[in-house]
Amino acid sequence: MKTKEKKLRFFGIGKIIPYVKDYRREFAIMIVFSIIASGVEITFPQFQRYALDQYAGTGTLNHIGIFTIAYASAILLAGIFNYFANTTASIIEVKVHRKLRDVGFVHLQTLSFSYFNQNSVGYIHARLMSDTEKIGTLVSWTLINGIWYMAYLVGSAVIMLMMNVKLALMVLTILPILMIIIGFFQKKLIIANREVREINSRITGNFNEGIVGAKTIKSLAIEDKISSNFVEETEKMKSKSIHISRLRGAFGAAMNFASSIALAVVLYKGGYLAANEVGMFAAFMSYAQGMMEPVRWIVNVISELISIRVNIERFTNLLEEKSDVIDTPQVIEKYGDTLNPKKENWEPINGDIEFRDVTFKYPDGEVNVLEHFSLDVPFGTHLAIVGETGAGKSTLVNLACRFYEPTKGQVLIDGRDARERSQLWLHSSIGYVLQTPHLFSGTVRENLLMGNPEATDEEINRALKIVSADEIVARLENGIDTDVGEGGDLLSTGEKQLISFARAIIADPKILILDEATASVDTMTEAKIQSAMDAVTQGRTSIMIAHRLSTVRNADIILVVKDGVIIEKGTHRELINKRGYYFELYTRQYEDEATAKILA
Amino acid sequence: MKKEKKNQKAGLLFSFLKGTKWYFFLTILFAGVTALADMIQPQIIRLTVDNVIEGKPSEFADWVNKIVEKIGGFGYLKEHIWIPALAVVIVATIQIFSQYSNRVYNTKASETLVKNMRDRVFTHIEHLPFAWFMQNKTGDIIQRCTSDIETTKNFLSEQLTSIFRIILMLILSISFMVSMNPLLTVIALIPMPFIVMFSFLFHKKMHKAFRECDENEGKLSAMAQENLTGVRVIRAFGQERSEIKKFKAQNKFYTDLWVKMSKLMGRFWILSDVISGLQVMIVVTAGAIFCVKRGLSNGEYIAFISYNAILAGPFRQLGRMISDFSRATVSIDRIFYIMHSPVEVDEPDAVEVPMDGDIKFENVSFGYENSPELLHNISFDMKSGSTIGILGGTGSGKSTLMLLLDKLYELPPQNGRITIGSTDIRKIKTEYLRKNIGMVLQEPFLFSRTVYENIGIADDSLTLDDVRAAAKAAALDESITSFPKAYDTLVGERGVTLSGGQKQRTAIARMLIGNYPIMIFDDSLSAVDTQTDAKIRKEISERFGKASVILISHRITTLSSADKIIVLDHGKISEEGTHDELKSAGGIYQKIYETQTNTEEAI
Repeated sequence: MKTKEKKLRFFGIGKIIPYVKDYRREFAIMIVFSIIASGVEITFPQFQRYALDQYAGTGTLNHIGIFTIAYASAILLAGIFNYFANTTASIIEVKVHRKLRDVGFVHLQTLSFSYFNQNSVGYIHARLMSDTEKIGTLVSWTLINGIWYMAYLVGSAVIMLMMNVKLALMVLTILPILMIIIGFFQKKLIIANREVREINSRITGNFNEGIVGAKTIKSLAIEDKISSNFVEETEKMKSKSIHISRLRGAFGAAMNFASSIALAVVLYKGGYLAANEVGMFAAFMSYAQGMMEPVRWIVNVISELISIRVNIERFTNLLEEKSDVIDTPQVIEKYGDTLNPKKENWEPINGDIEFRDVTFKYPDGEVNVLEHFSLDVPFGTHLAIVGETGAGKSTLVNLACRFYEPTKGQVLIDGRDARERSQLWLHSSIGYVLQTPHLFSGTVRENLLMGNPEATDEEINRALKIVSADEIVARLENGIDTDVGEGGDLLSTGEKQLISFARAIIADPKILILDEATASVDTMTEAKIQSAMDAVTQGRTSIMIAHRLSTVRNADIILVVKDGVIIEKGTHRELINKRGYYFELYTRQYEDEATAKILA
Repeated sequence: MKKEKKNQKAGLLFSFLKGTKWYFFLTILFAGVTALADMIQPQIIRLTVDNVIEGKPSEFADWVNKIVEKIGGFGYLKEHIWIPALAVVIVATIQIFSQYSNRVYNTKASETLVKNMRDRVFTHIEHLPFAWFMQNKTGDIIQRCTSDIETTKNFLSEQLTSIFRIILMLILSISFMVSMNPLLTVIALIPMPFIVMFSFLFHKKMHKAFRECDENEGKLSAMAQENLTGVRVIRAFGQERSEIKKFKAQNKFYTDLWVKMSKLMGRFWILSDVISGLQVMIVVTAGAIFCVKRGLSNGEYIAFISYNAILAGPFRQLGRMISDFSRATVSIDRIFYIMHSPVEVDEPDAVEVPMDGDIKFENVSFGYENSPELLHNISFDMKSGSTIGILGGTGSGKSTLMLLLDKLYELPPQNGRITIGSTDIRKIKTEYLRKNIGMVLQEPFLFSRTVYENIGIADDSLTLDDVRAAAKAAALDESITSFPKAYDTLVGERGVTLSGGQKQRTAIARMLIGNYPIMIFDDSLSAVDTQTDAKIRKEISERFGKASVILISHRITTLSSADKIIVLDHGKISEEGTHDELKSAGGIYQKIYETQTNTEEAI
C-alpha cells in the first residue's frame, strides 16, 4: 500500500486525489464493470473452440440452440458492461474536469494583481482550461483503458496457461520484447509529434501575418518572398510528417511481425493439437494474436502517465499560488471574506484618501517607484495623473484600490489604514471606469446592475440620462435588455464608455477611479463623454489617469509621471508657469487637438 | 454553368495533385501486396490444418499442390511442421515490408498534396488585390486557411488513401470466402450494410453533437478569458461572487451536455459493437452447421472466421468515410472560394518606365465599394525630386490618395488618371511600381521576426551595416542597441515590446533602406516628438535629395519645408501652394499655422 502511494506521488497524481475522491462510486463502477466486460470478451474464442470441437469435430449439432443463445448473451453482456464502463468513464472525465475548473476559477478570484501582471491571460487561461482537461482524461479514459486491457491480457494469459502450459509460456515470452519495441517507438513518436505541432503553429502564424499584414506586404512588393518563406515551412512540415510516417510504419511492422511470430510458434509447436483438438488450436491462435493490442495500449497508458505530470504540476501550482494582498484573520472575522462578506459590520465610507510616507516597489520590479511619498486627498478632491503611455501612471490607483500594498508606509482610507478593513469593503465603495471600457456579456441592465444589484428602474434611467446614454439605450433593439455581446462588442467604444459611466453612477461610490480613454471617438461622442465625466465626478473623490486637456485643467492636483517616477506636482496654472515637462506635454497635445478641430 | 464550375473545381483539385502520381501509384501497389499477404495467411493455416495435419485430400488449386509436391508432399510437411510455420513468417515479412512502404508512400502522397494546397492557397492570397482583404473578414479567411485545410488534409491522409486498401481487402476476402463457400459468404455479408449505415449515422450525428459541445466550450472559455481580462473591473466592483456563479452555471451546463453526449455516444458504440459481435456469432454458428451438414472442412471453417474478422473493420470505416467526405467537401468549397478570387494582374502591355519622373494626378475621383465618393476631381502635379506636403482631416481622403498611387486600390478607368513621367500607372507593372515607391503607413505592421530582418525584409543581400545605417537615419539605432539582443530582438517577443514610436521608426528605417525614388510618409512621424521628426527629415533631405517625397502630416513644422503643400478638405483640394503663400492665404492652413505658432499664448 505504501509503495503504491509513493508511485502515485511519483507521477504527481497524488496531488489530484482530493479533487477526484468525490466520485468514488463512479470509479468503482467504472473499474469493476470494465474488468467484467473484459472478462466476458475473453471467452469469445472459447465459443469458436466449442463450435469447432463439438460440432465441426464430431459432426453433430447437439444443443446448438443453447450454444447460440449462450454466445449471443455473452456478446450482449459484454456490450452492456462496456457501455456502462465507458459511459461512467465519460461522466468521470467531464465531472472531474468541471470540478477542477470550478476550483481553479474560484481560486483565481482571490489572487492578487501581481499574479495577473506577471502571467499573461493566455498562460492562466491554459492552466484553467486545457491542463484540467488533460487531467480529466487521465483519471477516466487512460485509467479505464489501462484496466480493461490489463484485465484482458491477464485473462488471456491465464486461459492459455490453462489450455496448454508449455505453448502458453512460449507465446508469453514475446510480451517483454514487445514492450521494449513499443517503448522505443513511443518515445520517438512523442518528440516528433511535438515538433510537428510547433511547425503547425508557425504555419498558422504565417497565414495570420500574410493576411493581417497584406497592406504592408503589398506596398513593399515582397509577396514572393513571403510566399517562399511560407513554402520553406510547409517543406519542413512535409518532411517531418514523412519522418513520422516512417516511425509509425516501422512501429506497425514490428508489432505485426511479433504477432506473426506468435502465430508461427503456435503453428509449429501446437500444430499437432489440430489433429484432435482443432478448436483449442484455433482458440490459441486467437489469444496469441489478441495480445498485441492490449500490450500496445498498456505502454500507451504508461507514457501518458509520464507526460501528464507536467499538466498536474502546472495546475496544482496555480492552486498553491498565494495572494500578495490578504486580509488578516481579525479583519475577516469582522468584515467577512470575498465569498462570505459580513455586510452588516461594514462602516459607511467617507472618501478621504491619504498616502502617508509610502515607499513602493512592484513585486516583480527592481526599483522603488515611490519613495517616501505623501499626499492627502480629502473627500471631493479631483486628482489627475498625467504622463506618456507606459510611464507608470497606474501605480497610485493600484495602491489606493489596494490592488497592491505599499512596501513601507501606509495608505489611509477615512484616516484608517486600508489594511484594517476588508478588500471587498473597499472595492464595494470604489467606482472604476476603465480606459478600454469593459462591459461583460449580458444585457445592458445586467451590466448596469453590477454596480448596485438593488438599483431601481428609476435610478437606472436617471443615471443613463445624466451621461446621455439614454439615447443609446433607446436606439437598441430591446432597449435596456439588449445583449451587448462578448466584451460589449456589439456597442461602439464611445457607447461602451457612456454605459460604463452610467454603471459607475448607479454604484454611487464615494471614490471614483477614471482611467481615461485614448481611443479616438468622434467629436459628438467626445463632447458627451466630457460632460458625462464632469457629471460623474461631481461630489466624489476622484483619481483620474488623464489624457484630455480640459479634464486635466480642472483637477485640484496634477501629478506628472515620467519613467515611473513622479517628477512634477501642482495645479494646471502652477505647472504651466513652471515650463517643465508638463508644459511640453500639454503644448504638444494642445497643438494636435486644435489642428484636428480646425480640420474637422 | 454548373457543370463548368464543377470542371473548374476538378481542374483545381488536379493541380493540387501535382507530383503525387507515383506516390499514389506506389501506395496502391503496396496496399495490394499487403492485402494479398493478409489473405494468404489464413490459407496457409487452412492448408496446414486440413491437408497436412488431418491429411484430407487437397481442394486447393493445382499450382498450390504442385508447390507442395516440390517440397516433398503433404506427408513430408507433417513430419516437418516448421516449414508451414516458416511460411507464415515469410509471408508476414513480405506483408510488413509492403505495409511499411504503403504507409510511407501514402504519407508522401497526402503530405505533398497538402503542401501543394497550402502553398498554392498562401501564394494565391498574397497575390490577391488589397481590396479583397478589406471585403473579407480576417478571422474568416484565417479559418479557411487553417481549419478547413486541416479538415481536408485529415480526410485526404486518413480516408482517401486508405480507401484503396479497404476496397482491396473487401474484394480479396470476399472472393476467398466465396471460393470456399458462397452461401456462407452471403450469410456473412447480410449484416454489413447495416454496419455501414450505422457507422455513417453515428459519425454524422456525433459530428453535430460535437459542434454543440464545442460551441459551449467556446462560451465557457470566453467567459474565463473575459474574467481574466476584466479582472480589474471585477475586483473594483466586488463582483467576484457573481462571476463565480456565472462561471459555475455555464460549467455545469457544458458538462451536462457532455454527459448527455457521452451516453449517446456510448449507446451508438455499444450497439455497433453488438451488431458486429452478432455478425461473428452468426458466422461461427452457421459455419458449425455447415461443417456438419454441408461438408465444410475444419481448415476452411477456421479460415472463414479469419476472413470474416477482416471484413468488419473496413465496413465500419466505410461508414465513417462517407460522413467525413461530406464534411471535407464543405471545407474544399470554402478553400475554393479563395482560389477562385481573381488575383492582381497587369495589363498585357504593362511596362517598366523610369520612376524618377514627375507625378501627376489628373481629375482623380474615387469611392470605396458600397460607399459614397470620397475623392472628387483631384488634380495636382509634383516635380521629380521635390517634396510635397499634404494636410487634411480624418476621412479627407489623403491616405486613399496614396493607396491609389501605390495601386493598392485600382482607379476605375473613367475616374481620371495618375501618371509618373507621363505614363499612366495603370500601364506600369504593379510589382515594379511598388518596388519603386516606399510607403510608411500610419499604423505600421511589423513581422514577428527580428528587428534586423524587419528592416531588411525587402532585400536579402543587406548587411547589418546597411540596416544600422538606415536605423540611424530613422533615429532608431540608439534604442535598438539598448536592447539586450540589439538587432536580434524579436518583435513581439515577451518582455521586450517596441513602443509605438519605435515601431514607426522601424517602419521608416525599413523604407529608407530601399532607396526608393518615391517616398511616402503617411502621417508616420506623428508618434515621434518634434525634435526627432526634424532630425529624420533632415537626414532624408541630405541622403535622398533626388527622391520625390510625399509627407502627410498635421504639423506645420513638418509641412513647412515642403516645396508645395496641398490642403485636402472633404475629398477636394481647398488650398495649394508653398508655406509662405498659404500661411497668409486666409484658409484652413493659415488658421492651423496660427494656432500652432501661438500655442503658448493660448495656454
